[in-house]
Amino acid sequence: MAFLVGADCLDEMIASLRSNGRTVIGPAVRDGVITHDQIESASELPLGWTEDQDGGRYRLVPTGTDERFAFSSPSTSWKRFLIPERTLLLRARRSNGTVAVVEPEPEAPSVAFFGIRSCDLVALGILDRVFLDSDATDPTYAARRPDVFIVAVGCNRPGNTCFCASMNTGPTPTSGYDLVVRELHSEEGTEYLVDVGSERGADLLAGLASRPAHEGDLQRADRAHETAVASMGRELRQDYVPLAALDPDHPRWDDVAERCLACGNCTMVCPTCFCSTTEESTDLSGTEAERWRVWDSCFSLDFTHLHGGSVRTSTKSRYRQWLLHKLVTWQDQFDTSGCVGCGRCITWCPVGIDLTAEIAALAVPAAATDLGGRDV
Amino acid sequence: MSTVSKPSLAVWKFASCDGCQLTLLDCEDELLAVTDRLDIAYFLEASSATVAGPYDLSLVEGSITTPDDVERILEVRRQSRFLVTIGACATAGGIQALRNFTDVEELLRIVYATPAFLSTLGTSTAISEHVDVDFELRGCPIDRSQLLEVIGAYLAGRDPEIPSHSVCVECKQKTNVCVMVAHGTPCLGPITHAGCGALCPTFNRGCYGCFGPVESPNTDAMAGALAVTGLSAGAIDRLFHTFNAWSEPFRDMSVSVPAPTRRQP
Repeated sequence: MAFLVGADCLDEMIASLRSNGRTVIGPAVRDGVITHDQIESASELPLGWTEDQDGGRYRLVPTGTDERFAFSSPSTSWKRFLIPERTLLLRARRSNGTVAVVEPEPEAPSVAFFGIRSCDLVALGILDRVFLDSDATDPTYAARRPDVFIVAVGCNRPGNTCFCASMNTGPTPTSGYDLVVRELHSEEGTEYLVDVGSERGADLLAGLASRPAHEGDLQRADRAHETAVASMGRELRQDYVPLAALDPDHPRWDDVAERCLACGNCTMVCPTCFCSTTEESTDLSGTEAERWRVWDSCFSLDFTHLHGGSVRTSTKSRYRQWLLHKLVTWQDQFDTSGCVGCGRCITWCPVGIDLTAEIAALAVPAAATDLGGRDV
Repeated sequence: MSTVSKPSLAVWKFASCDGCQLTLLDCEDELLAVTDRLDIAYFLEASSATVAGPYDLSLVEGSITTPDDVERILEVRRQSRFLVTIGACATAGGIQALRNFTDVEELLRIVYATPAFLSTLGTSTAISEHVDVDFELRGCPIDRSQLLEVIGAYLAGRDPEIPSHSVCVECKQKTNVCVMVAHGTPCLGPITHAGCGALCPTFNRGCYGCFGPVESPNTDAMAGALAVTGLSAGAIDRLFHTFNAWSEPFRDMSVSVPAPTRRQP
């Protein structure tokens, strides 16, 4: 059952979450972008801001309205709150000829994700499969994830680089939340349709001023959804190819390698890229050592460094590995695509490489292109 | 640990500004720990008292710019068991390698009253172009923590943990907003070796490439992206031609320098 609330209620929600001891992470304007950061009240939400996103370009743009969720993908994903950039795995100390090893208890901060979009919510589900639903549950992720209170938000204004509709991952959240908020904007003002997804979500809403939603409210939300679907800036057509049939020798891989900087930005901003490396450090005295897990990127040469050298020495092989893992072998590993259509890898690529365009080009058999090459 | 068993440390200077060796003195909190594990045998910046070689660990700052340098680095190498070059001068030739793109004889005539007193080479080159180097630590100047990591790794007998990925990875790990994508600021971060902790982008400036090219830099694509930010071809050249101008990937980016004055290595 859905309820209608006023804008004040968003502030009450945040206050209520905070009074329960939760750190609230939500969208906020920082350094010229909308990102995810700790927020203390609804006044920090990006009221009146949207953004112009395109390949390699992001600019904030005022909306001239009182909408708070009129933007698309924030600059950072949520993964860093669950798999931090650096995590201490163990500390070792040598004394009197013995080595004592201490593995710190994983931190379990109590947090709420406020305003998570459908694409990013699906991404959390994918990370859950990677880190929870396997024989090797990740202690860091497992300590943080289950308790997270989720206030999802329907996406009304997908950006130029968004393609969640074609990935079936949005724009309206369908599950995995405690509460979902949908912004209903009109000339008369902005209200919020709230639906409940869990008992604790219902408990939170029960304490706030709301009225049951009318049929008209639901229709407005449906119309906003339809408009959002129709305004996706990009599309990854699922019928292009059986992706597994993508030709590993297609000349397009050389073409994209000429443009790719191998800087790793796409993997860093991707809400599902989870790779890490392990760093060992010792102090100067030789008595203490530490082991850290640190975010890593398959675009670096060191990523495949084995005895004698790196496996993927060319940028071509690294880009191909990333794209094919994301879209194809991820299916084999985790029974899902690794892409949710958030478009961050397109926006935050300094040279604007667009995976939807790459797939579209790769889907055309090499023999049919003027680049030549072998048949699929 | 007894004094006898301590490995000896030597610090050498070639053409440079001294900033990198000063980084060692700048390790104030860790300096005692360093001297606890290493005998500082030769470090003129710190002490005029020197001990004769050979030395276990040598840190070499600066580039090779004179005939005398060419001879001296051979001797340093002979005297050093493990030789680490520190900084952009030692690893790439430094800012003074701009001479490599022009006619040094002409510069000497313009700058010095009596050029005949000078004995200099036409080029400024990295130490590794003259002798074998065991490890290269990048930066202009080098990063203090990375220097301690290299020394600590040497003492522990392991490889130093010096990531070779781009500055972008450091930016994203610090949750910096990308200055190039979001602000349109020209930035060499995507093709620059990490190590500075993304210092300039953290303060909303573009990366100047102090740590030199990343392991597989796509300089042409980078130049294209810089042009999109509105930089002229000349400005792009100048961005590539600072502290690491003579690093192999950057030296050929000099499209706007008139061809006749460019020298071959």
